Amino acid sequence: MIELEGLTKRYGDKVAVDHLTFQVRPGMITGFLGPNGAGKSTTMRMMLDLDNPTSGSVRIDGKHYRELPEPLKYIGALLDAKNMHGGRSAYNNLLCLAQSNRIPDARVSEVLETVGLTAVAKKKSKGFSLGMGQRLGIAYALLGDPEILMFDEPVNGLDPEGIHWIRNLMKSLAAQGRTIFVSSHLMSEMALTADHLIVIGQGKLLADTSMAGFIRENSRSYVRVRTPQPEQFKDAASTAGMAVTLRGDGAFEIEGADMAEPVGELAAQHRVTLHELSPQQASLEEAFMQMTAQAVEYHAHDLSDPNAAAAAAGAVPGAPPAPNAPPPPGPQWGKGD
Amino acid sequence: MAAPSAVLKSEWTKVRTVSSTMWTLAAALVLTAAVGALLSGVMNATFDDLSRAEQLTFDPTLVSFFGMMLGQLAMVVFGVLVISTEYSSGMIKTSLAAVPQRATFYVSKIAVATLLALIVGLLTSFLTFFLGQALLGDHKASIGDENVLRAVIGAGLYMAVIAMFSMGVASMLRSTVLSLGLLMAFFFLISSILAGVPATRDVARYLPDQAGSRVMQVVPGALNSDETPYGPWGGFGIMCAWTAVALIGGYIVLKKRDA
Repeated sequence: MIELEGLTKRYGDKVAVDHLTFQVRPGMITGFLGPNGAGKSTTMRMMLDLDNPTSGSVRIDGKHYRELPEPLKYIGALLDAKNMHGGRSAYNNLLCLAQSNRIPDARVSEVLETVGLTAVAKKKSKGFSLGMGQRLGIAYALLGDPEILMFDEPVNGLDPEGIHWIRNLMKSLAAQGRTIFVSSHLMSEMALTADHLIVIGQGKLLADTSMAGFIRENSRSYVRVRTPQPEQFKDAASTAGMAVTLRGDGAFEIEGADMAEPVGELAAQHRVTLHELSPQQASLEEAFMQMTAQAVEYHAHDLSDPNAAAAAAGAVPGAPPAPNAPPPPGPQWGKGD
Repeated sequence: MAAPSAVLKSEWTKVRTVSSTMWTLAAALVLTAAVGALLSGVMNATFDDLSRAEQLTFDPTLVSFFGMMLGQLAMVVFGVLVISTEYSSGMIKTSLAAVPQRATFYVSKIAVATLLALIVGLLTSFLTFFLGQALLGDHKASIGDENVLRAVIGAGLYMAVIAMFSMGVASMLRSTVLSLGLLMAFFFLISSILAGVPATRDVARYLPDQAGSRVMQVVPGALNSDETPYGPWGGFGIMCAWTAVALIGGYIVLKKRDA
């Protein structure tokens, strides 16, 4: 169990982490989610006692990190794949770290085997690809066979095979009853792995909820319709008592999980031509973006359609306020695989 | 608390498993011995060209250590890299997550690197002395002569303390380029220039390398130089004081600043 109590980090006037209080509970994967620059890495560095908090504290099983006698046996962390000496072999990089915590030398070969780096164990780690570096970092985290594991953006820059591997590794570690704390800026990634979710934006806690609860509250099903006869369609649908909203790109959205059939039949009855009729699920990614929209540090602006923002915010009364008019959700997001 | 013996072992593994350790220490030994031998040979050949005063204060032991001017720079590089590569590689985060007790970590790291520098330093100083004397012909000193053994051991200690001083500076600056830039410029240029200019000579005497190198002199006022206001061990003590300040500064930075 990791407990954060009012954890705060200030750099001059800028508050990077703002009174964070939450717990990371044992035996599950806790996702730590936030946009880039939200303070995730800073928080994790403070949890490992690498950065000094301006105020507040972190306790690991009731102890301060510095009081842990051999910390690698309590908590293993992957912060950055590059946090190794490139001139040293993978094996020696791990060996010196193992020795400092009185972990037997044999364990080094064991974890290298686990992450699949045995063949390059004697190679200097500066020649490693990002994926290999990430595996080496994970081997380091596993060295002391710790109960708690922390991963900072573990899938960043990995190929699909590497992403799949890390996902499964985290799941199997959690299945062994370990505590996993993993950060990401991708909601879609968290939806696949996390049991619990902690969302921060500009250093502030925005949500502390179970993944299932977050999905329940934030997923929205609807049907998307495009037609060359928008007026007729709108009248017909309204008469039939359907909740219709017009999106900025000229498509209609009708709320509800299984609305494709009734909408299609309605269009046939009224002889309205349809160019598109597709069931959609609003992505968790979109929900996450809305939640953190006010707290994103660096806003990008949509270059393709200068009117999109105004259209989304103004012309569609039912649409949620989105400062940057996120593109219409594609069906691929958030549905899992 | 992490067991100090375990952390020492870990630091020893670190220092022996990077190639820069081997290269810098070998360079320190070879440069000091080779340049010392060369200059000893030249001195022997041109002894008659020296002024009368210089001949009277001729210090064959000191002459054989003239290569230290260059050899110490390799020791500086060794000391800097031991610390700065932890930061440049990001290894420091991994290291401190494993050993969060800053004092244990810092003392172990410096102790291991200093011991290694001391062994290489003593090896270098004895080799350099005997090589230099062999090339000084009739003007040579013997290890049994008064104060000569002190000067030879002192030269080895000097090299170890130079490495320690560099480790302290690198711990404060955390950057290879900054630390090397500063220390190289200081030891190779600034210190010698200040010592060469009459107006600043009295101050330059108290710089770490100027004061510390007094321990390598057997003849006071060797080669007609000004006599120092401190003795050989006094000078070495001044150098140690500088080093202590640098090391304490390095520790404060490690303790206070984010990794």
